[in-house]
Amino acid sequence: MVWVNAVVQGALVGGLYALFAAGLSLVFGVMRLVNLAHGDLAILAAYLAVLLADHEGLSPWLSLLVVVPAMAAAGFVLQFAVLNFTLDSGLAPLLATFGLAVIVQNALQEGFTANVRGLNAGSIATRSIRVTNEISIGWLPLLTLVAAFVLLGGLQLGLQHSSLGRALRATSDDQRAAQLVGIDNRRLYGIAMAISLGTAAVAGIFLGMRTTFDPYAGPVRLIFAFEAVIIGGLGSLWGTLLGGIVLGVAQGVGDQVNPGWGVLAGHLVFLAVLLVRPTGLLGKAAPA
Amino acid sequence: MLLEVESVDSFYGDFQALFGVSVGIADGETLAVIGANGAGKSTLLATIAGLLQPRAGQLRFDGLPLGRIPAHRRVRLGIALVPEGRRIFPSLTVDENLRVGARVGRSGVWTRDRIYELFPLLQPIAGRPGSVLSGGEQQAVAIGRALMSNPRLLLLDELSLGLAPIVIQALYARIDEIVREGTTVVLVEQDVGRALATADSAYCLLEGRVSLHGAAASMTREQVADAYFGGVRT
Repeated sequence: MVWVNAVVQGALVGGLYALFAAGLSLVFGVMRLVNLAHGDLAILAAYLAVLLADHEGLSPWLSLLVVVPAMAAAGFVLQFAVLNFTLDSGLAPLLATFGLAVIVQNALQEGFTANVRGLNAGSIATRSIRVTNEISIGWLPLLTLVAAFVLLGGLQLGLQHSSLGRALRATSDDQRAAQLVGIDNRRLYGIAMAISLGTAAVAGIFLGMRTTFDPYAGPVRLIFAFEAVIIGGLGSLWGTLLGGIVLGVAQGVGDQVNPGWGVLAGHLVFLAVLLVRPTGLLGKAAPA
Repeated sequence: MLLEVESVDSFYGDFQALFGVSVGIADGETLAVIGANGAGKSTLLATIAGLLQPRAGQLRFDGLPLGRIPAHRRVRLGIALVPEGRRIFPSLTVDENLRVGARVGRSGVWTRDRIYELFPLLQPIAGRPGSVLSGGEQQAVAIGRALMSNPRLLLLDELSLGLAPIVIQALYARIDEIVREGTTVVLVEQDVGRALATADSAYCLLEGRVSLHGAAASMTREQVADAYFGGVRT
């Protein structure tokens, strides 16, 4: 039974990883941009929720309504003011987002000190559903997984069936041909980054409700998010959800074997997927 | 004149591909641009479409100076390019490729229904992804996608490249139909005979310069050969 519990809890943690990975996956898919600041920006969102809690007494749930649009707007501006200028030049986007990551971390430390913080989700944080004597599912982890499902599913449906989604896929396929059908790819990249940072804000706030964080919590989140994207397969948002869950389960089972092996087990599964199925579990085979 | 190209110099990096090229296209006319490989035909189309900004000279579309207006906004003005190599979106279905072509929202005679009427071969494969189409199907999708923006000026780059003669024949029959709807067409073509037979007037490019222009019907075989190869006759 402890093993079943490890799998269940791991899958629930995977929901959080998938939330972090959603925006990363989208932005890479649309403009081949690897946003190294993605984790840090999610942590920045969590700190914005801390501010709202400290000064306005806002619960993290309500702060989502403020922080998500704010981060989305920041994403659009970031793309227009900085990242659009780096896209045509190899390493520049990596360097720019790496620099941004350093800036965000240090600015957060300056503003909030290095003390760990958390977000109080209210009574729901401690309530759980008792499935058997040994397995109980926390409401908050469950809600996180549901949020990941809704978010990634919504993005996938939007990409498949909306006009904006078609334009995003067309640009991802061939941005020069996309210009020829009248798509302003720079504006579209701005929209994609806005969506990405909106989802990062959701991820950051859910993280803050589940565990504590400090200004340097971003990079570890980024690594897990990367692994979720790669395990699931680039270009597939359902794959990203699955990848997050697989990673969470691997870590849960690893921890059950020996507390402290969890993260290692996750990395091993990631490497195994890279070896056996480099395109990821649901990824399309690379075009010839 | 629907489009005036005036003494345009275009470059790829440091390489100059067009030298003072001037071209005029009247509304409703079909114009052929012919020339050897590397003569600058595709460069001319890319410059008109806005994919390439000329370093000198200017372009006017229906009297409006195009200046540095980017490609995606020129589509809105009514300039559509069917690029060399088709470049349809492989992860979008045939139908989605057409829909994405209508994003600019120019209204006109061309709707998805009309495109399926024009290219009946697309109807049964509407749900198929762009990555699995034959060359002829791809070219039909690429033309359909461009028409969905209801362009006033349609630029066609190397339509026949890599296609079987029977497919080319069918495509050109469709071009005639597009022209009859009043669309102004610029045709870049390797097949000189077909280009001159389709067009009202023609320009020949030689090493980035206009070497001959005039009414397509009035051009003699000798004139064209001189303009094409630079007058070195053996």
